[in-house]
Amino acid sequence: MKDKVKRAHPYIPNSEPLVKQRMLEAIGAKDIEELYGDIPDRLRFRGRMNLPEPLEAEADLRRHVEGLLARNRSCEDMVGFLGAGCYNHYVPAICDEIARRSEFLTAYAGEPYEDHGRFQALFEYESLMAELLDMDVVNVPTYDWFQAAGTSLRMAGRITGRTKVLVSAGSSPERLMSVRNYCRPVLEVETVAIELDTGQLDLRDLESKLGNDTAAVYFENPGFLGVLETRGRDIADLTHKKGALLVVGVDPISLGILAPPAHYGADIVCGDIQTLGNHMNFGGGMGGFISTRDEERFVMEYPSRLFGIARTSVEGEYGFGDVAYDRTSFGVREKGKEFVGTAAALHGITAGVYLALLGPVGMKELGQHLLQKSQYAMKRLSALGRVRAPRLAAPHFKEFAVDFNATGRTVADINGHLLTHDIQGGWDLSGYFPQYGQSALYCVTELTRREDIDRLCRVLDAYLNTGRT
Amino acid sequence: MGNPRPVKVRNFHQAKWDEEVLFELHKPGERGFVVSPLEPEIEAEVGDGLAAIPPHLIRRTPPELPEIGQMRVVKHYMRLSQQNLGGDLNIDIGQGTCTLKYNPKINDVLAGSPKMTRLHPLQDESTIQGILEIMYKLDLFLREISGMDRFTLQPASGSAAIFAMVSIIHAYHAAGGEDRQRDEIITTIFSHPSDAAAAAVKGYKVVTLMQNEDGLPDPDELRKVVSNRTAGLLITNPEDTGIFNPRIDEFTRIVREAGGLCGYDQANANGILGITRAREAGFDMCFFNLHKTFGTPHGCGGPASGSLGVRRELADYLPVPAVVFDGRRYSLNYDVPRTIGKTRAFYGTVQVQLKAYAWIMSLGAEGLREVAEIAVLNNNYLLEKIRKIRGADAPFAKGRRRIEQVRYSWDKLYKDPGVTTEDIAYRMADFGMHLWSSHHPFIVPQPFTIEPTESYSQDELDEYIAVLQRISDEAYSQPEILKTAPHRSVVHRIEHDWFDDPEKWAITWRLYKRKHLQPSRTSGE
Repeated sequence: MKDKVKRAHPYIPNSEPLVKQRMLEAIGAKDIEELYGDIPDRLRFRGRMNLPEPLEAEADLRRHVEGLLARNRSCEDMVGFLGAGCYNHYVPAICDEIARRSEFLTAYAGEPYEDHGRFQALFEYESLMAELLDMDVVNVPTYDWFQAAGTSLRMAGRITGRTKVLVSAGSSPERLMSVRNYCRPVLEVETVAIELDTGQLDLRDLESKLGNDTAAVYFENPGFLGVLETRGRDIADLTHKKGALLVVGVDPISLGILAPPAHYGADIVCGDIQTLGNHMNFGGGMGGFISTRDEERFVMEYPSRLFGIARTSVEGEYGFGDVAYDRTSFGVREKGKEFVGTAAALHGITAGVYLALLGPVGMKELGQHLLQKSQYAMKRLSALGRVRAPRLAAPHFKEFAVDFNATGRTVADINGHLLTHDIQGGWDLSGYFPQYGQSALYCVTELTRREDIDRLCRVLDAYLNTGRT
Repeated sequence: MGNPRPVKVRNFHQAKWDEEVLFELHKPGERGFVVSPLEPEIEAEVGDGLAAIPPHLIRRTPPELPEIGQMRVVKHYMRLSQQNLGGDLNIDIGQGTCTLKYNPKINDVLAGSPKMTRLHPLQDESTIQGILEIMYKLDLFLREISGMDRFTLQPASGSAAIFAMVSIIHAYHAAGGEDRQRDEIITTIFSHPSDAAAAAVKGYKVVTLMQNEDGLPDPDELRKVVSNRTAGLLITNPEDTGIFNPRIDEFTRIVREAGGLCGYDQANANGILGITRAREAGFDMCFFNLHKTFGTPHGCGGPASGSLGVRRELADYLPVPAVVFDGRRYSLNYDVPRTIGKTRAFYGTVQVQLKAYAWIMSLGAEGLREVAEIAVLNNNYLLEKIRKIRGADAPFAKGRRRIEQVRYSWDKLYKDPGVTTEDIAYRMADFGMHLWSSHHPFIVPQPFTIEPTESYSQDELDEYIAVLQRISDEAYSQPEILKTAPHRSVVHRIEHDWFDDPEKWAITWRLYKRKHLQPSRTSGE
């Protein structure tokens, strides 16, 4: 430290020595130490935290962090075919513009007066999602689909008063890991098998496991392996016959073109809004939604904030506020429904902007393009010979399993080779789905161009079929 | 130079656009966005794509989303944003416990890099070395700050971190064969509601210790409730009152001797960075909210992060994957023997972690300590001033200093002119400020909590005090102003019966139309 003169840090105005002195005098304190008088010496940390020397100058900080980030290669630097729960969809400029508005970004939990804007924007998000889902009630976002699925099942447990939930083995394995932890030890989580060759729910296994203690049946549509469940109505009927609730997880970007779960009998619908205008952010862009009908027995079991519209004392004004706040842990601690706190509100506002921009026509076109592009990719990959795409005999949305077993190569080898061509291959399924051997989960989005798919196929062809690189 | 300016109470007025609800802007045929056209070669190859999908899976009626031109969408959201009072605009110290401080703009810029936003979490490890290094180093920084041995950055919020702690407590006792016997979690009334609520989600019976005349929980009360049924302790220190519990190590010792684990809720650690740590106080675990103490924006309620640290003995219970470094290369390790599994998708809110990393890098060890010291100085400065405002009081621990916040009471105003915290909170909006009204249950009557952090200048603190003073004067001279507030905000008093009556509540626009809208008020339908 050459500079002996103590100067204020830009983030800490009152660290300026004269101000500090003046404030100490104002409160009659000799020094700062005196303010910590309640902390006994044995609890004081007298060492020095081993942290790097600070980069107080913004330009230095920027150079340092950008230097680290430069070691990453993003989807701008490579062609990517990864999905598996996080998706490289296009983010409209206006989504970024609104998400960066400092009035939203730096706000937290103001009252519905000074923070009218966020209440209205989140009410509108709920309302837009409700139209997309064709349901009545949607919550202010929870963390992600993991949490949304866990809470949906806990809600079903409370609504039915039962203690067991059945979950499809075709769900995201890591999501199920989280659901198991969230339900343990209050609800028993049992897995229902999927059919090996379709990836769809095994209805005989479901029937054998459904009982009078079943609170809910959960499956995802599209499932983790990209397949669409074609027998949603049959599953709903079996579930309801036993007095259980049907919980369906869904990718909302599919619902401009595909039927929403409410149309085949879902009672609770959940999923993730990352796909709706939120950047991937290395998996940080998630946000969970939960949706139900407007029945008191459902609404009163949400742990989340639910923002509603209301009149004010002035004719024609819209006010907003918390519906049934006394359900929440904010209101009544452990007597509330699960817990609530900071989650992913800004991702909800952004998803609202996205739906407002695309409208019904944009959502339908986009959904249809994803069907067409994935079908094109499957067709081209299958044409390579010894590569089977899709592995599963079912309709797909935007993801599909590609079976490389007949090539004699592992997915790890193939992906390693693809990377040398600036292609990030699909996600290796051999860990979580060993029954499919060397298969990978490929994803296309509207950002995947035809030429990207064609180039993938050329590189694979050269590697697998001719040994050339 | 350097002398305080005369304190000004602003003649503020919030933006009031009288803006429509989005659905009222619907004009059939307008478009806000054009989806890239499909390449003709794809269409030629696969047709319309629908033939491969069973007809019953195709949506028959389009969703009733509004159709709005692009500029009008922008304008709508810009107007809503103007009707919101972010921390960049107001003196945002009225939501104590939540540590609303300055969120440096440079960190938002850094997190906006495509090298962050457009990273897929499952990319090959060779392509993500930069972000893994940031995550790994942030873990190391937090170890230094807390004295814990390893952190997971995965929990997406403080409440999620609490649930992760409870999950670890449960898994730890299950491994020892005591999970059925140990069915109680102990917390305190001034710890965050989620400390109690998350424990209940895990099936625990919650034992809540009340405060003594100093506002602190009493170790003797703890001794009465601790037993071989005790699974763990979840506690904040300082609690919501801002009073440091000097016997905190006695609490952790009692619980540990009874076989329980101790989890420290450090969602807000802003007053004690570099001053006192979880390790010296005897905790097994602690967590920090990066969106509080570590300067990342709150985003209207997330995305956020609650990074959780543990002692070495509990590292095997942390969520997967761990970010590890072998001296050459960073990688993700899923081989964690007793892991509780996942607490959030992938690795948490990584863009928030990046901002916290940058924040710590800007301050260093001395800077962090300065953050704490100035936050405490600012808080005690306010305490001195607010105590002198007629009708305001700071219950408990009379004459003692506080750490980073104070829970005050307007009880005298309530008993005399009959004004509530809620009335005052609504009146604050007229001055471009915010005062949080939710501190349930009201152990402190008519509570309000102020936490100035390190971010605000003395002038700004004086301005906030001047507004509180003005409102106190109004309460005694013309309370009607408060009873009908706000007057200069976006909207006027909201009719709350719409929120608790199932016949009236309208959580979505379609419910509003169904329950409240006369046919004459619909437009464009």
